[in-house]
Amino acid sequence: MLDWWLPENVSTYGRDIDWLFHLIYAITGVTFILVAVALIAFLIMYRDRPGRRARYTHGNTTLEIVWTIVPALILVVLTALSAPAWSKIKMSAPPSDFVVQVHAKQFNWQVKHPNSEKVFLDEMHVPVNKVVHVNLTSQDVIHSFFVPQFRIKQDAVPGRSILAWFEVTKPGKYEWPCAELCGFGHSGMRGWIYVHSAEDYKKWAAENLRADANPAADTKVADAGKPAEQPTGGKAKK
Amino acid sequence: MSAHAATAHTAHEHHDTGFVRTYVFSTDHKMIARQFLFMGLLMMVLGGLLALIVRWQLAWPETAVPGLGMILKETGGILEPSTYNMAFTMHATIMIFFVIMPILAGAFGNFCIPLMIGARDMAFPTLNMLSFWVTFSAGIIMLCGFFVEGGHAAAGWTSYAPLSAVPQFTGVNWGQNLWCISLFVMGIGSMMGSINYITTIINMRAPGMTLFRMPLVVWSLFITAILLLLALPVLTSAVAMLLFDRTLGTSWFAPSGGGEPLLWQHLFWYFGHPEVYILILPAMGIASEILPVFSRKPIFGYHAMAFSMIAIAFLSWIVYGHHMFVSGMSPSLGMAFTVTTMIIAVPSAIKTFNWLGTLWGGRLQFKVPMLFAVGFVSMFVIGGLSGIFMASTPVDIYIQDTYFIVAHIHYVVFGGSIFGAFAGIYFWFPKMFGRMLNPALGHVHFWGTLIFFNWVFFPMHIIGVGGQMRRIYNPMQYEFLQHQQHWNVFMTYGAMLLGLVQIVFVVNFFWSLFAGKKAPVNPWNSNTLEWTAPSPPPHLNWGPRLPTVYRGPYEYSDPDAREDFLPQSQAPAVAGARRH
Repeated sequence: MLDWWLPENVSTYGRDIDWLFHLIYAITGVTFILVAVALIAFLIMYRDRPGRRARYTHGNTTLEIVWTIVPALILVVLTALSAPAWSKIKMSAPPSDFVVQVHAKQFNWQVKHPNSEKVFLDEMHVPVNKVVHVNLTSQDVIHSFFVPQFRIKQDAVPGRSILAWFEVTKPGKYEWPCAELCGFGHSGMRGWIYVHSAEDYKKWAAENLRADANPAADTKVADAGKPAEQPTGGKAKK
Repeated sequence: MSAHAATAHTAHEHHDTGFVRTYVFSTDHKMIARQFLFMGLLMMVLGGLLALIVRWQLAWPETAVPGLGMILKETGGILEPSTYNMAFTMHATIMIFFVIMPILAGAFGNFCIPLMIGARDMAFPTLNMLSFWVTFSAGIIMLCGFFVEGGHAAAGWTSYAPLSAVPQFTGVNWGQNLWCISLFVMGIGSMMGSINYITTIINMRAPGMTLFRMPLVVWSLFITAILLLLALPVLTSAVAMLLFDRTLGTSWFAPSGGGEPLLWQHLFWYFGHPEVYILILPAMGIASEILPVFSRKPIFGYHAMAFSMIAIAFLSWIVYGHHMFVSGMSPSLGMAFTVTTMIIAVPSAIKTFNWLGTLWGGRLQFKVPMLFAVGFVSMFVIGGLSGIFMASTPVDIYIQDTYFIVAHIHYVVFGGSIFGAFAGIYFWFPKMFGRMLNPALGHVHFWGTLIFFNWVFFPMHIIGVGGQMRRIYNPMQYEFLQHQQHWNVFMTYGAMLLGLVQIVFVVNFFWSLFAGKKAPVNPWNSNTLEWTAPSPPPHLNWGPRLPTVYRGPYEYSDPDAREDFLPQSQAPAVAGARRH
C-alpha cells in the first residue's frame, strides 16, 4: 500500500525489511485509526452539555488488563518476526568470495574491488545475483554506508573493520549516499554502485582492474562527478 | 528546613526582601519557576529561528535566507554547509537543554511540587536558587559559542566522536569546547534541582498527603528528578571526557590515540534515552492533571498511571541501544535492545488508553489547557506509534538517520513535550501570575499550532520513507531525492506559519501578564492544593496553617458531593454534613 513511497527494492533481504515495514504500517495504522476514532467520538459524545454529570469511576481493572496484554502480545509477535530478518542481515552473512574493501574518508568512498589494489573513488561495480561482502573501514570520522534501494545501512567506524553484505537482484546504477553526519561535506558525499550482469562485470573487470589500467581509473573518478560537487565553503580545510 | 521552622519564619517575613532578593536572587520556588519559564521561552525564540533557517535551506537550497544577510555578511545570507550544520546542531541543543528542560522540569517542577504537596518551599531554597543561576550561566556560555571564531558546535546535538573529538574534522574549535563546558555546567545545575525535588517530595508533603494521594504531575516530576539525578551525570562526565580529548590530548574517543568512538555513543545514549523520558514524563503528568479537571471526572486508573511511569523510567535505562542498531555495536546486543524497546511501548500504551478512559463518560470542557492536553495525547499517539517502526531492528536499518526519525522525535518532543508545556502554561498561568490568559487568543494559538505542526512534521515521515537522510545540507544533490523536493518546500511554508502563530502566544502572554483579567483562587474548580493558595501565592504559599489532605486529587463528580469537585484539603466532616 505504501510502495509508492519506499524506493524500489532490489536486494534479497530488502523483501524481508519491506514486509516487516508494511506489517508494522498496518498494525500502527489500524491502532491509530481506532484510537483517533475513539478520541473524536468521545470528544463529541461527552462534550459539556447542561444537566449532565460526569460518570464517577476510577477505572476498570478488566479493561486495564486487556489493554496491557493485547499490546504486549502484539509487540512480542513483532519482536519474534523481526529476529530472523535481523539475524540474516547482520549476524549470519552468507559466505562469498566477492569481497570489496570500502574505506570511507571525509568526504569520499574509496573502493577496492576483489583481486585488485586499484582505488576507485565513489564508485563500486558488482555483479548481479551475487553475495557481495563489504569490508567497511573509516579513516577519520563515522560515516554510514547507505544504499536506499538495497535497504542496507551500516556505519563505518574508524578503528574497526565491519562486515556488511548485500545481494542485488536487478542490474542498474544505484545511488550510494553517506547517512551519518561526517562534517561540512557530509551532504553530497555520495557514490554510485553499478550492478552488472555476470558477463558485463567480467568485461568491466578485465578492462578496468588490470594493474596497468591506471588512467582508466582516473577517468572513472572524474566520471563519478563527485569532486566538483564537493562543498568547499567550509572553514575547516587548512 | 522543617515546616514549623518555616511557619515561625512567616510572621516577620515580608518586610526585608528588597528588589534583588525578590526578583533576581530569590529563593522562593515560585520566583525561580518564573525565571526558568522566562529563560525557556526566550531561548525558544532562538531555537525556533534556527529551525526556520534550517527549513529555508532545505526548501530553497543555497539561496539567501531573508534577514540573515545582516549576520552572514560574507555570503549575503546564504548558508554554507558548515553554518547549516551549526544551525541544526544548535537548534536541537537549545530546544532540548535550554527550552524544554527549563520549562518542564525547571519551571513546572519548581512551581508545582511545593504547591501541590502542601509545602512552603523546596527543601533547600538556596540550592534551588543556585540551580537556576548555574543553569542560566550554562545558557550564557552556550550563547557565547555563536560569537567565537570557527562558529558554534556543528557535529549534531549528539556530537558523535570522533567528528566532535578532533577540531580539524569540523573546523570548529571553541564552539564545540563551549558546547561541552555549557552542558557540563548545565549538568551541575540540573543535579542541584533534582536532589531538591526528590528531597522535597519525600520529606515535605503536607499531613495526609500520602504518596498515592499525590497528583500525577508530582509523580511525573518525582520520577523525572530521579532520571535527571542518575542520567545527567553520565552526560556530564562524557562531555568532560570529550573536552579533555579536544583540549588536553586525552584519547577517550579518537581511535588515533587508542580511543573508542562507540564509547561516546554508549555514554551519550545511556544519558540520551532517559533524557527523552525526562522531556516527555512531565508533559504526561501535566496531561494527566488537566484531563480530569476538564472532564470533571477522576483520572482513569490512577495506580496504573503512576506505575506505568515508574516502569517507563526503569526501562528507559535499558533501551538506549536502539539508537545504535547500525553503529557497529554487536548485533546480538541489538536484538536484546529490540526486546526491551518493544516492552517500553506497553506502559506508553497503558497511559494512552487511560487518558482515553478519562475522557470516556466525562463532561468535557474545551478550555485552552484542555485543548492542548488533548492535542498532546493525539500527537503522542502518532509519535509513539512511529517509534514501533524503529524498535524493529530490520526496519530500523532502513529508516535510521532518515527524516522518519526526525518526524518521530518532533512528534514526541514538540507534539508531546511542547504541547504539554503549553497546556501547563495555560493551566497554571492564573496561579503563577494572578491573571487569566485571554481564551480567544488561546484558541487561535492552539488551532494554529496543531494544524501547522502537523503540516510541518507529518510529511517528514513521507520523505523519510523515501530515503531522505537527516542532516544533509541540500537534498537536491541526490538524484533519488529530487522527486520529493516539493515536500520540503511545502513543509517550510508550514514552519513559517507555525512560527508566526507563536506570536499570538507571545502577545497573549505579555498582554495578560499586565492587563489580563484578575484570576480567582480556583478558576478551573480544581481539587489540588495549589488552588487553595491565593493567586499568585505569597511567599511561603499559605497563611499560618498548612492544608491537610483528606483524599486523592481527582475526586470529580462524586455523586455524594454537592459540587462536581471535592478539593483534597476539604475536611470530610464538611462533606459528610452535606450528605443526607
